[in-house]
Amino acid sequence: MKVSLEWLQQYVDIDISENTLADRLTMAGLEVEAVFRPHCHLDGVVVGKIIEVRPHPDADRLSCCQVDAGSQTLEIVCGAPNADAGMYVPCATAGTVLPSGMEVKKSRIRGQISEGMLCSQSELGLGEDASGLMVLEPEQVPGTPVARALGLEDTAFEIGLTPNRPDCLSHVGVAREIAALLGKKLHLPEIPSLPVSGDIARQTSVTIENPEFCPRYAAQMVSGITVAPSPQWLRRRLQAVGLKPINNIVDITNYVMMETGQPLHGFDFDRLAEKRIVVRTPDTESEFTTLDGKSRQLTADTLLICDGKKPVAIAGVMGGENSEILETTSRVLIESACFDPISIRKTAKRLGISTDAAYRFERGVDPCGTAYAMHRAAVLMAELGGGRLIGSYIDEHPRPPAKSPIRLSTRRTNQHLGTGLNQTEITDLLQRAAFEIQTVDADQIAVTAPSYRVDVFRPEDLMEEVARLWGYNRIATTFPGITAQAEAPGKSLGVREQIRDRMEGFGFHETIHYSFISHRAADHMLLPEDDPRRRTEPVLNPLTEDQSVMRTSLLPALLETVQKNIFRQEKNLKLFEQGKAFYHTQPGALPREIEMLAALWTGLQKPLTWHAKPVETDFYDLKGVAEGLLTALGITNGNFSALPASACSYTQPGQTAQIRYKDTFLGILGEIRPAVLEKFDIQQPVFALELHMEALVPIVPEATQFVPVPKFPAVTRDITIIVDHGVETRQILDHLREAETQWLEDVFLFDVYSGPPISEGHKSLSVRLVYRSTTRTLEDAQVNELHRRITQSLLTAFNAALPA
Amino acid sequence: MNASIEEIREQALSELQAAKDTDAVQALSVAYLGRKGRVTAFLRNISSLPAEQRPAAGKRANEVKKELEAAFSDALEKLATSGQNDRPAIDVSLPGRPAPVGSLHPITRITRNIAKIFERMGFGIAEGPEVEADYYNFEALNIPPNHPARDMQDTFYVSDNVVLRTHTSPIQVRYMEAHQPPVRIIAPGKVYRCDSDLTHTPMFHQVEGLLVDEQVCFGDLKGVLTAFVHQIFDPDIRVRFRPSFFPFTEPSAEVDIQCVICRGTGCKVCSDTGWLEVLGCGMVHPAVFENVGYDTSRYSGFAFGMGVERIAMLKYGINDIRMFFENDIRFLRQF
Repeated sequence: MKVSLEWLQQYVDIDISENTLADRLTMAGLEVEAVFRPHCHLDGVVVGKIIEVRPHPDADRLSCCQVDAGSQTLEIVCGAPNADAGMYVPCATAGTVLPSGMEVKKSRIRGQISEGMLCSQSELGLGEDASGLMVLEPEQVPGTPVARALGLEDTAFEIGLTPNRPDCLSHVGVAREIAALLGKKLHLPEIPSLPVSGDIARQTSVTIENPEFCPRYAAQMVSGITVAPSPQWLRRRLQAVGLKPINNIVDITNYVMMETGQPLHGFDFDRLAEKRIVVRTPDTESEFTTLDGKSRQLTADTLLICDGKKPVAIAGVMGGENSEILETTSRVLIESACFDPISIRKTAKRLGISTDAAYRFERGVDPCGTAYAMHRAAVLMAELGGGRLIGSYIDEHPRPPAKSPIRLSTRRTNQHLGTGLNQTEITDLLQRAAFEIQTVDADQIAVTAPSYRVDVFRPEDLMEEVARLWGYNRIATTFPGITAQAEAPGKSLGVREQIRDRMEGFGFHETIHYSFISHRAADHMLLPEDDPRRRTEPVLNPLTEDQSVMRTSLLPALLETVQKNIFRQEKNLKLFEQGKAFYHTQPGALPREIEMLAALWTGLQKPLTWHAKPVETDFYDLKGVAEGLLTALGITNGNFSALPASACSYTQPGQTAQIRYKDTFLGILGEIRPAVLEKFDIQQPVFALELHMEALVPIVPEATQFVPVPKFPAVTRDITIIVDHGVETRQILDHLREAETQWLEDVFLFDVYSGPPISEGHKSLSVRLVYRSTTRTLEDAQVNELHRRITQSLLTAFNAALPA
Repeated sequence: MNASIEEIREQALSELQAAKDTDAVQALSVAYLGRKGRVTAFLRNISSLPAEQRPAAGKRANEVKKELEAAFSDALEKLATSGQNDRPAIDVSLPGRPAPVGSLHPITRITRNIAKIFERMGFGIAEGPEVEADYYNFEALNIPPNHPARDMQDTFYVSDNVVLRTHTSPIQVRYMEAHQPPVRIIAPGKVYRCDSDLTHTPMFHQVEGLLVDEQVCFGDLKGVLTAFVHQIFDPDIRVRFRPSFFPFTEPSAEVDIQCVICRGTGCKVCSDTGWLEVLGCGMVHPAVFENVGYDTSRYSGFAFGMGVERIAMLKYGINDIRMFFENDIRFLRQF
């Protein structure tokens, strides 16, 4: 909210600098977000006295003026018809940027030097008059800044008010706060008693049909007014806080709202059917045109202000076109009411209307402030609109607010805040903010909050008030005593962090993508209709279509990132992400959230270097990562086997492995299908790894168990066999492991070859076997015998041959 | 036995002078001192000398043997360090075979930094669902439906009563429901708000904190958070606690630090205030304790929350929050 310092000065004597005031307010919870001068565009414009006017030698409509601008005398070419010697006018000096954006420069106009610009009202943004130079009061000191000469040297604060402080949504409210902070007195404008005629009770009535939505409705009338533009001081006040002046009646309602915080509405009384007000919700849905000219849908819970026949305003939100103040209006009914915050909020939200009035009602207005604001507005209307007050006023008050005192303990306050205040200090602080205090005993006081403090209900609310007024920064900094540690970090988090570190170590770059993706992602991944990953959780109000469902896989976003990076000429990418996938469960229930790891590798296996030919990455690079990851986590028996072609829609059939541990499915590994890459506009092979943390975490051993290092030497023997192309290496290795369990310590493949002289359809596999006994040194003869037996069983089992 | 031991010695020494490399010296060593070497042969033949010459000849021969041994060994040592036996020089400026270098996302790095600081202060780590019931995200935190405080957080909905959590605060409630005090946790995680511009992304990260015990006061909150800010930013940085409002804390505060860019003199980053807002915090509102069944007469506590992106931006000098989620490899590689 914007507040004008000049305006605030009307209610409280501010004797500290702007910066200090901004700081005090900020440190009291009214954050001053910006300090600005509404008329800063007048910087550089000074009072100039025209000394002499000569006709321009080469232009009929221009004249050459000599202007006393204080410190200098300027030659200025001017086109205004009213330029005259002795006149005091606004003079924009070189460098001034006018509201139009034009910068005033020294120049030559038709051959004559012009060192500035004499301005009209409209050129300075001070009014509409563009007919000639703006004429200033005579006998001023030339060179005086025009803003000072016109009394426009105001400063405004933009205050970021938290929702709990609606009492500060007005100048009086902020002034009240300043008074409390500075220990000053608040001066509210006196309301003079003016002559009245008639009695309102004889002319109109107010009926509240829904007191639950409208606890109070006050009305007062002014007759015989003349609708006209507001005087300059009123226009300036509104402009200072960013409001547009309309006419005196509307301006007064806005002015009083900005002054007191009480939203007001003025009805053209003569346009009210049956000349009365009924506050009610409609019986049926209907349409209604608000004063911004828009048609609004009224529902059964929209609280309306009606006349005897029809709605004339949407309560607390916006008035209707059918009762707005016109130039012809002569009798005004001023509404000053309290509406239920929730009802107003619902209506404003539903209709998408945000008005200053609704903003205040939603947060809560002072239930005791209606009458004052109404009287203030009525008197101003009578004074500025030349009208006369109708006697008395209506104050329907079916639900008086009940504010009971709150008990506040000095001991508990100090304990909660960490302060050492005594009862007198606490009482003083609260009294400065207009809380009423009664001492109960040595520890307790009974505190009644002022009616406008709609945020104060509990002792803790008062403690905050005490802390705020005492100063947060005066509260001693202490440290809580250490008690028992909460609990050890969960295993899942530990494993996930470990995986992150390993992936970084393997050369992958961690990415983070939004959890919501396009609803088309499932199609892009070619997921079959019955794939569970199509059971997405929709976002009902997404910002864009590309963020319309919660992801069930991390891959689509990663693939998009691959595409974007390739587009940036970064073609060698090793990326991973760890995060949640979300599966829809039942309508209205929370989705199932599953922690996932996904990694993509595309481009070169290693950065281009001098020592080796560039190699494109392939399946086995990423498989090495998967194996390394499992090993690092202590999972030794993970196995990789061919995934049936139908099991994964987005990887290449025959090029995809499933990763399992015993019966647990851990994830998949494979090359992304070209048909999928095409959807993502990627033209190079991409390999993907997906792991389910939910499955992985439980099988990660809790603790590493040390195995004694061998005492006796190992004996190694190699076997090379020729087998059918279709034989999986895993089968060979499994066979060997099973064939000998006592002495075979390790077995691994170290060469694969196909091509001449191996016959077509066959391959040669070379395997190294490591034999070791834990109890003695093995003798060659024993190993030879064992190795011969194993070789033989392998040949038989796989119908294999030894190389020729 | 033709040559005298003196002749052998002189010959050996002169040949040694001429020897240019290790191989030559070693060959000489063999030729003179080896099993079939000339000195060895001489020694072996001493028995054939007349008895009276034997002691002197033997003594002298042994002296020569020792002298030559020393001379050969000296020569070898000199050659070894002379450099002439070294392999040709390599171009050490050629790049090495690259070891893989990956990176962790800056958000991961900063979250870990934050967690480490709080872990040192005895805090554990809790997690919670990202898609959350309205109750946990709002109501249990004293934010009833249609409360203007809901405007503070623009919410994504997945159904009427289920939202993408707008803050990590629901983890507080879930944790307190499952645990009795004392409580000392932080809760990192993703949060969502439907807001997207230069300074907002619809998803970002927060770290929530909660400490509940007997006799916890606002001064303790100041102590813990001041210690945190000093550790994550700079031990000399100025900190202030400014009154604010959150429905689930009372009193509430924002923690501002002296602007890390301009050091408090005012700049664009701090909107000329000299201060940067880095944390929201406060004493847990009694309504929240009532919702989880904690005895408010016995326990008090404080909660706090911070945006990880905000801290990462300040620490790394990142000026556009969207960079975090564009996953431009040229950005990622820098961390």
